[in-house]
Amino acid sequence: MNSIKKNSGIIWILLGPFAIFYLIKTAASEIAKKPVIDTKIQWIVFVVIFIPIAIGLMIFGWYALKGEYDHLPESSKEL
Amino acid sequence: MKPTSIRSVILASSVGTLIEWYDFYIFGSLATVIASQFFPKTNPTAALLSTLATFAAGFIVRPFGALVFGRLGDLIGRKYTFMLTLIIMGGSTFAIGLVPSYESIGVFAPILILLLRLLQGLALGGEYGGAATYVAEHAPPDRRGYFTSWIQTTATLGLFLSLGIILITRHSLDADRATSITKFNDWGWRIPFLVSIVLVAVSIYIRLKMKESPLFSKLKTEGKTSVNPLKESFAHKGNLKMVLLALFGATMGQGVVWYTGQFYAQSFIENVCKIDFEQSRTILIWAILFATPLFVVFGKWSDKVGRKWIMLTGMLLAIITYRPLFNQLLSISDTTGKKELITRMEIKTKMVPIVNTGNSLRTVTTNHFYKEGIQVIENKTDTVYADQSRLSLKPDIKATKLLNDENYRWMIIIVFIMIVYVTMVYGPIAAFLVEMFPTKIRYTSMSLPYHIGNGVFGGLTPFIATLLTTIYTGDKLVGLYYPIIIAGVCLFIGAIYITNKIGLNVND
Repeated sequence: MNSIKKNSGIIWILLGPFAIFYLIKTAASEIAKKPVIDTKIQWIVFVVIFIPIAIGLMIFGWYALKGEYDHLPESSKEL
Repeated sequence: MKPTSIRSVILASSVGTLIEWYDFYIFGSLATVIASQFFPKTNPTAALLSTLATFAAGFIVRPFGALVFGRLGDLIGRKYTFMLTLIIMGGSTFAIGLVPSYESIGVFAPILILLLRLLQGLALGGEYGGAATYVAEHAPPDRRGYFTSWIQTTATLGLFLSLGIILITRHSLDADRATSITKFNDWGWRIPFLVSIVLVAVSIYIRLKMKESPLFSKLKTEGKTSVNPLKESFAHKGNLKMVLLALFGATMGQGVVWYTGQFYAQSFIENVCKIDFEQSRTILIWAILFATPLFVVFGKWSDKVGRKWIMLTGMLLAIITYRPLFNQLLSISDTTGKKELITRMEIKTKMVPIVNTGNSLRTVTTNHFYKEGIQVIENKTDTVYADQSRLSLKPDIKATKLLNDENYRWMIIIVFIMIVYVTMVYGPIAAFLVEMFPTKIRYTSMSLPYHIGNGVFGGLTPFIATLLTTIYTGDKLVGLYYPIIIAGVCLFIGAIYITNKIGLNVND
C-alpha cells in the first residue's frame, strides 16, 4: 500500500499544473467568446481561487512521494 | 459528563449553527427576488448573474472566515468565538432585510448587499468548526460520531427552515394567492431576513449559559494553548500534510456530493426540468425531511465501524448513480412523445391596461394536460398597441410544469436517494476532522479544509455545473461531470491515504 501511496504522489504533482493550465485555457477562451464584465469576473474568481488549491495538490503529491503518509500520526507528539 | 449536560451542549451548539445556516441559505433561496430589488432591472440576466456572483462570494470568503475565527477560537476559546460568529451572522442578515432598494438609493444598495453577504460568509466560516469542536471535546470517544452528527443535521435543517419560512411568508401576505406572491416579491421577502434576529437572540441566550470546552480550558490552565495557530497549522509540515489530506481525501468530495444532492438537484428540477417554483421546493423539503435522521444514523454507525468507509461509500454511490438519477428526473418531466389531452386544453386571456398609454399588456395562459399526468402552463405576454398599425413585439413566453401525485412522489424519492448520499458523506465528517488535529490548533486546522471543501468545491457546484451546460449544450447532464470527477479523485485519495481507526484520542 505504501508504494501505491508514494507512486500516486506523481499523479497529484502532475495534476496540479494540468488543472492550472486547463483552467486558464478555458478562462481565456470563454472570456474571448463573451468579453463582458460578468464573464471576466466569474473566470477571474475561478482562477484566483483554484490556483492555490492546485498548488496545494502538488504539495500533497510531494509529501506522498516522500512517504509522509506511510504512517499517519496518532497523537500530537507525532505531528 | 451527565446526559443532561451533554444534551445541553449539543442543543446550544446545534441551534446556533442551524440558525447560521438558515441565515446563509435565505439569501441563496431568494436570489431572483434580491436581483430584482438590488441590481438594475434593465438587464435581468446581468442582475441574476450579479446575485449569483454575490452568492459565490459568500462561499469564497468562507475559508477566510475559517482562518480568522479559527485562529481566535484556538487563542481565546471556542465558546466566545462561535458566539461572535453568531452575532455577526444575525446582525448582517437582519441588516440585509433593512437595506433600501436600488430604486431608492442607487448603487449603494448592491454595494451594501455585497458587503453584508461577505460578512455572512465570514461568520459562517468561523461557526461550524467551533460548534463541531465544542461538541466533540465534550463527547466520550466511543460516541463522538453520534454526538457530532447532531451538528451535521443543522446544515440541512437550516435549508429546510429557510425554504419553509419563505414558502409560508409567500402565501401569508394576502388571501389571494397571486396578490400574496406580488407582495412577497415587492417587500415580503424582507420578513425571512428580519425574523432571523429573533432566532439569533434565542440562540445567544442559550449559548451564554454554556461553559468553555473542558479540553480547551485544561490547555489554557496549563498554559499550553497555541501562540500562533495559523503558523502551527499551516507552516509545520506535520500538520499541513494532515490539512491537505483532510481536504483532498474527504471534504472536497463530501462538498460536491452535498451541494449536488441539495442544491444542484433543486436548480435542475426548476430550471432544466421546468417544474413549478413551489413543487420544485416542496420536493426538496420532503426529501430533506425523510433523509435528515440518517445523519444521526450514519454518525452513530461510524462510532462502530469507523468514519472512512461510510463517507467513501457515499461518494462511490454518488459517482455511479448521479447520471441515471438525473436522467430519471428529466424523463419524468419530459413531455416529448407523451400524449396530450387536446380536449382538456384551457386558454385564458387577460388584458391589463398600461396607464396613460392606451396600450394593454396581454397575457395568454394555455394549460396543456398530458395523459401521463403532467400539466404544462405556458404564459405568453406581449403588448397590444392602441395604434393598430403598430405590430406587437415577439411575446415573452414562459412555461412551467406541474406534476401529478405519482410523478411528484417519484421525484421526491430520487432527491431523497441523493440526500441519503449526503448523509453518508456528511454525517461522520465532523468527528473525522476533529480526530485529525490536536486540541490547541483544532479549530483553525479543521475549519480551513472544511470550508474549502464545502465552500469552494461544494458551493460552486450549481454554478460550475450550470456553466458547463452553457459551454457543452448537447448534453443536459454534462454539469454532473464536475461533481463526479471531483468526488472520484477524492474517493481514490481517501481510499488509499486515510486510515479507519476508531476512537482516536482527541485529548492532546
